[in-house]
Amino acid sequence: MENSPDSAASLLEARGISKSFGAVRALQQVDFTLRAGEIHALLGENGAGKSTLIKVITGVFPRDAGIVRLGGEEVAPRSAKAALQAGIATVYQEVNLLPNLSVAQNLFLDRQPMRFGMVREGEMRRRAKALLADFGLDIDVSAPLGNYSVAIQHVTAIARAVDLSARVLILDEPTASLDRHEVEILFRIMRQLAKRGIGIVFVSHFLDQVYEISDRITVLRNGRLVGERETASLLRLELIRMMLGRELAETTSARAATREHQAREVCASFESYGKSGYVAPFNLELRHGEVVGLAGLLGSGRTETARLVFGAERADRGQARVEGAPVRLHSPRDGVRHGFGYCPEERKTDGIVAELTVRENIVLALQAKRGLHRPLSRREQDEIASRYVKMLDIRPPDPERPVGLLSGGNQQKVLLARWLATSPRLLVLDEPTRGIDVGAHAEIIRLIRELCDDGLALLVISSELDEIVTYSDRVVVLRDRAHVEELAGEAIDVGNILAAIAVDSVAVALEAHT
Amino acid sequence: MKGLPPVLITAIVLVAGFALCAMQFPNIASTRVVGNLLTDNAFLGIVATGMTFVIISGGIDLSVGSVIGFTTVFVALAIERWGMPPLVAFVAILALSAAFGAAMGAVIHVFDLPPFIVTLAGMFLARGASFLLSTESVPITAPVYSTVSDFALRVPGGGRLTAVAIIMLTIVIGGALLLQLTRFGANVYALGGSRATASLMGVAVGRMTVKIYMLSSLLAGIAGIVFSFYTSAGYSLSAVGVELDSIAAVVIGGTLLTGGQGSVIGTFLGVLIQGMIQTYINFDGTLSSWWTKIATGVLLFAFIALQQGLVALARRPVAKRAGAVS
Repeated sequence: MENSPDSAASLLEARGISKSFGAVRALQQVDFTLRAGEIHALLGENGAGKSTLIKVITGVFPRDAGIVRLGGEEVAPRSAKAALQAGIATVYQEVNLLPNLSVAQNLFLDRQPMRFGMVREGEMRRRAKALLADFGLDIDVSAPLGNYSVAIQHVTAIARAVDLSARVLILDEPTASLDRHEVEILFRIMRQLAKRGIGIVFVSHFLDQVYEISDRITVLRNGRLVGERETASLLRLELIRMMLGRELAETTSARAATREHQAREVCASFESYGKSGYVAPFNLELRHGEVVGLAGLLGSGRTETARLVFGAERADRGQARVEGAPVRLHSPRDGVRHGFGYCPEERKTDGIVAELTVRENIVLALQAKRGLHRPLSRREQDEIASRYVKMLDIRPPDPERPVGLLSGGNQQKVLLARWLATSPRLLVLDEPTRGIDVGAHAEIIRLIRELCDDGLALLVISSELDEIVTYSDRVVVLRDRAHVEELAGEAIDVGNILAAIAVDSVAVALEAHT
Repeated sequence: MKGLPPVLITAIVLVAGFALCAMQFPNIASTRVVGNLLTDNAFLGIVATGMTFVIISGGIDLSVGSVIGFTTVFVALAIERWGMPPLVAFVAILALSAAFGAAMGAVIHVFDLPPFIVTLAGMFLARGASFLLSTESVPITAPVYSTVSDFALRVPGGGRLTAVAIIMLTIVIGGALLLQLTRFGANVYALGGSRATASLMGVAVGRMTVKIYMLSSLLAGIAGIVFSFYTSAGYSLSAVGVELDSIAAVVIGGTLLTGGQGSVIGTFLGVLIQGMIQTYINFDGTLSSWWTKIATGVLLFAFIALQQGLVALARRPVAKRAGAVS
């Protein structure tokens, strides 16, 4: 830690925060310091622990260890409401206001100016107008909030929070649904508030915006603090390295011996494939027995590419081919029919069915593929389940155990087994090692290689660059929802990937906005 | 920008319907008929006002019809058999029904149960209790009943504004003011928008829930007293299905069944529309009175379809936005 926290100027201090969900350690010994009047960006990839940290600080989740001090005094809010009363306000991407009430009612709900038991509607509107005027908004405050754009709703939420005498304002992905002009309005307001001495935590995955607005950056990775830096003195490449990779020296040697580079048969190909506003058109060839890695920052279009390839999202241009023949991929059903499998990132919500047993989870996709008219007999199910439990070494080796009771790594294997049971030709894995302990990491990676040796085509997304480097035959680098670079063979190393991600993204972003 | 507000549509339907009725039967357009319409529907107007609060807050109260029934029986027995002075009987039943509503609200909040189920239980409970008191109709002969029934303000054109109609109009106006002008009213809308968000914004959700169901039951109790004035009797089978009539009036009045939007005035117009259909059928003389239900059903369906249309319209620009922003 280069910055020893200056406790005189620090407004909000979190020390040694830890939080686990079951076996998953979401936060380990994380420190975070916010000074009065600064805009502090909190960065990290998905699952790095940003949201968990915010929720622990604001009392939404109870913490396992650590203390939080506000203005030098220890605080332990038990709910978002208590945090608000203490002076810590959070504005989420999903605005937590009531769209059916007027703007003025939203600003003054439960604290309206009263006379003789009646709300002084006129006075309330006047005050609401004055309050919003401070933020450069001149709107009809008697209209329902839902009539206004997300940007105005955000500003209203901020105005309410500030008017409730917030000293700390946490903005969680506030710009995700705003256009450039609206972002500028928001930034102007943030600077004004900072000048008034309010400490602002800014969570975002738009690095350009982070550089534009923040004074300081704290980076989390895998639930741990990577470091706190001053924005002005932190190079973009260095920042991305903090977010994605370990030290370069560690990882360059980790690359497995390059496998023989032979011409393999193309399994699926995509020409000028894309969807406007989703991913820019790309060319992609996936070959049998080959692993293609997708690298890039959160929001760069990795998952979006995977969903297009699988058919979970419908492309509006380009041509997909499977084994050379043109195909239509309009729904996940189409994908499954052509022998594709997809293990999504959100294992808990999109993947496994926690209440069902290992066996039931494994046969799910196969049964769906066969259709309801041809049910798998119990004997077939048992056979399939025990085969994959053995093959993937799922532990405990009990097919009748509810999947929810397994560890993250084993859940991931069950998910893999589900798709392998359908004998796919192409498997898409989105963050297969997310939320899995280190030992299981290596095992999943070994599995990926083995599957590939059996002739399967694999498309793997990962934020762990050293992992991607280890198992990929080719790496596609994405930036700002476009494929920008394809690395193969010797060219695959962490340094090259980082360079491709970081290179003049400012220029690209500016272009995109004009 | 969002087209006509639902209340205005209800008003247009009422005026147009009334004009049509008046064209066929010119006598309908008299203060006498309108006065009778208000008197006949006084209890419905009162109970529907309470229902408006409940539905805007995102709930439902199925117990109100049974509470009316129980009230009429209780009042009749208290006055005729137990020898209570009418005023004491009124106060007692109002306290009882308010407590009943508060209990339902508390159960809904504390155990986080759907209002539908809790008030359904309340409906059976109240109806069962009224049968327990008496299974037959108990006539009320207390002098105050004939005094109140005979009282009426003369209106030009031969109309009479009866006491029960005045009570109903007072409650409608009071309810409208309560909903539009007080912090309580704002919180009712807030609850209907989202209970979780309202709670985050500092609204005492539990206390509000109790108060809202208490208000609804209290108004059902008043409606029960008014009903007993209207019929001069207490009968455990009275006002069966009134909860559904009042929900219909609320929805026809432009209140969203999902909560968050609506008005007492709209509900009042909804009550008048139902009364108007009834009046028309009485004038016609050849139609079965069940046509009232059929017409109400058709209107209800039309209004729900209309609301869905409006909701879809309101959402459309938002969906477009989300699609445009990458």
